[in-house]
Amino acid sequence: MDAADLIEPFARMLDTIAAPAAVRAVEHGGSADAMWAEVAASGFLDALVGEDAGGAGLPLAVANALWQELGRRAVPLPVGETMIARALLAAAGRPIPDGPVALAVAGPDRRTVVPFGRVAHHVLVESEGRLHLVAVASGDPEATGVTGDLSAVMRWDALPDADASAAPETGLRAVAAVLRAALIAGAADRLVEMTAAYANERIQFGKPIGRQQALQQTMAVMAEDAVAARIASQLGCAGAFPPALAAAATAKSVASKAAARIAASAHAVHGAIGISEEYDLQLFTRRLHAWRLADGSESYWNRRLGRLRMGSEAGSVDFTRAELFSA
Amino acid sequence: MPPEDEAIRPAIRALVAEAVAALPDDRRARSWAGFDAAFSRRLGEAGFLGLTLPKRYGGHERGPFARFVVVEELLSAGAPVAAHWIADRQSAPLILNFGTEEQRQYYIPRICRGELFFCIGMSEPGSGSDLASVRTRAARTETGWRVNGQKIWTTNAMHSDYMIALLRTSGSSEDRHAGLSQLIIDLKAPGVTVRPIVDLAGDAHFAEVFFEDVDLPAEALIGHEGEGWKQVTAELAFERSGPERIYSSVVLLDAWIRHLRGAGRDDTATLDLVGDFTARLGVLRAMSIACTARLAAGESPVVEASLVKDLGTSFEQELPVAIGADLAAWPDEAVDAELYRTLLYVTHLAPSFSLRGGTREILRGIVARGMGLR
Repeated sequence: MDAADLIEPFARMLDTIAAPAAVRAVEHGGSADAMWAEVAASGFLDALVGEDAGGAGLPLAVANALWQELGRRAVPLPVGETMIARALLAAAGRPIPDGPVALAVAGPDRRTVVPFGRVAHHVLVESEGRLHLVAVASGDPEATGVTGDLSAVMRWDALPDADASAAPETGLRAVAAVLRAALIAGAADRLVEMTAAYANERIQFGKPIGRQQALQQTMAVMAEDAVAARIASQLGCAGAFPPALAAAATAKSVASKAAARIAASAHAVHGAIGISEEYDLQLFTRRLHAWRLADGSESYWNRRLGRLRMGSEAGSVDFTRAELFSA
Repeated sequence: MPPEDEAIRPAIRALVAEAVAALPDDRRARSWAGFDAAFSRRLGEAGFLGLTLPKRYGGHERGPFARFVVVEELLSAGAPVAAHWIADRQSAPLILNFGTEEQRQYYIPRICRGELFFCIGMSEPGSGSDLASVRTRAARTETGWRVNGQKIWTTNAMHSDYMIALLRTSGSSEDRHAGLSQLIIDLKAPGVTVRPIVDLAGDAHFAEVFFEDVDLPAEALIGHEGEGWKQVTAELAFERSGPERIYSSVVLLDAWIRHLRGAGRDDTATLDLVGDFTARLGVLRAMSIACTARLAAGESPVVEASLVKDLGTSFEQELPVAIGADLAAWPDEAVDAELYRTLLYVTHLAPSFSLRGGTREILRGIVARGMGLR
């Protein structure tokens, strides 16, 4: 089956269940149960679960395309996270819970911001190289206090090792990072569309502002950043699941760096309306910033990739070929 | 990357290694500007020129990916490619697409052998980004054409056998794109004067070219009279999409990383910078491969190529700035003279990266139009 045949029905389902009004309702504390039930019934949650374990066994590259669709619609549930959690649990032969699962990397005596912690039922927590599946309540979740934010601040001082399994070799953060990069790419693409459409409609000085060369240059750079984020996220998902360190680092570094710039340009072109609550732009720009900060910013991943690079005697082109293009 | 194209990498790598073995980094950083006719002929003999061209004209009928591999090996090592560069990349495909059978049979096999070198006559003193305003004129005569006027900033004109020039064959510069044609000019023809222009790094890689009653035969016309603009636009899509738009500073990048390894640096600021460049290089390579795939599918990815070139040249230009800041942030660390020369050479020439083949502003205008902005 062609990947497009999978992505199109997924995108159509999201259009029905995650229109901007529905996204806002969940952000304002409304129930996400009905929305989740539709996602669960679609069967896509087992996209990355191996066929031998009853899943679809799709390549990571196809999951990347699905994740971009989530970002494009600001879906207010940890759909991608749950796909990852289910795949990791199934691979370890562990039981898979119903309901949305968030991802977290935690340590004793440390509070951590867990994306979608407010709407998840479980959290797959990596601590000291082990993966623990715990109920959300075990992390003593608190709201971040940021308007509309679905993240929760959590903390685990002790995690029972009895049911834990080994974390992926590159760490759960690397797996979450390629998801985050794909979400950024999807939201960025949507922002480019919204911004170009607005620039063609908004009249100032007697003509659409999209005819102003200064704005055209800003928007061209924005489109370039969005394409770079997309290609980076695809590079992060070009290999097998879970992704290699260099692939994850490249994806999250480039996507995170682009995210802040794309959000800034989208707002610059839209003017004051863009920062109003009722206009949809903020649904996407707030997420770009949140996803940039989640699971390591560009600086974090640059440091990890930089260390890997400095350990190699190869030239830069050979290094990237070996680490990113050998899949 | 198709495995059969990847398979040619070891052979081109060996040839390149031999050619650059004696060159210091600051010479290798000149790559595009490095003129070595003997090396270009060796590439031709070994079958690395005219890779995508038909065998009946001396080409090798490989796809754009084979060319990608060869160009990547040449540029990442800083091989001196100037002699054959334009002929192989632009002139031969142009002649194949628009030339007569006689023109194809005469020029293309010689280009594939690395024997004939070409330059491109576009800019004039009054025509830079606004190329449609060219004034150099080719007038019809009984036997062909008579050319009068001047081209400037013509890369490698003083080493080239021929120029493919964009000339006005009818109307005036007010007629814009109409009335322009492309002619192949023999640079040894009487009335042609080539004066090299020395650049800020002390090299003369470009020139001004004067035409004073230069008589050319009728068959100097390439393609159709009056369609020069359309032909030039097609030509630029080849020029803008290749790996050459991301590797101009890679010799410097590698030299700097060797320096860091030697100095034993592993502080967070250094690792952050090295990681940032590595990630961006990887993504640019993936973007360039995506453009190559579009070319391989027979498409002309004009917007995508402009986008890659803009991102690529920004990367190439940021490298020397950031590397300079880094090296001088450690004033007590010894920097060897070769790295210093390489850094300053790339620093001084970097402005040209976003001028050649279309300025940054022109490319962003193309991207904006691709977004539906008018």
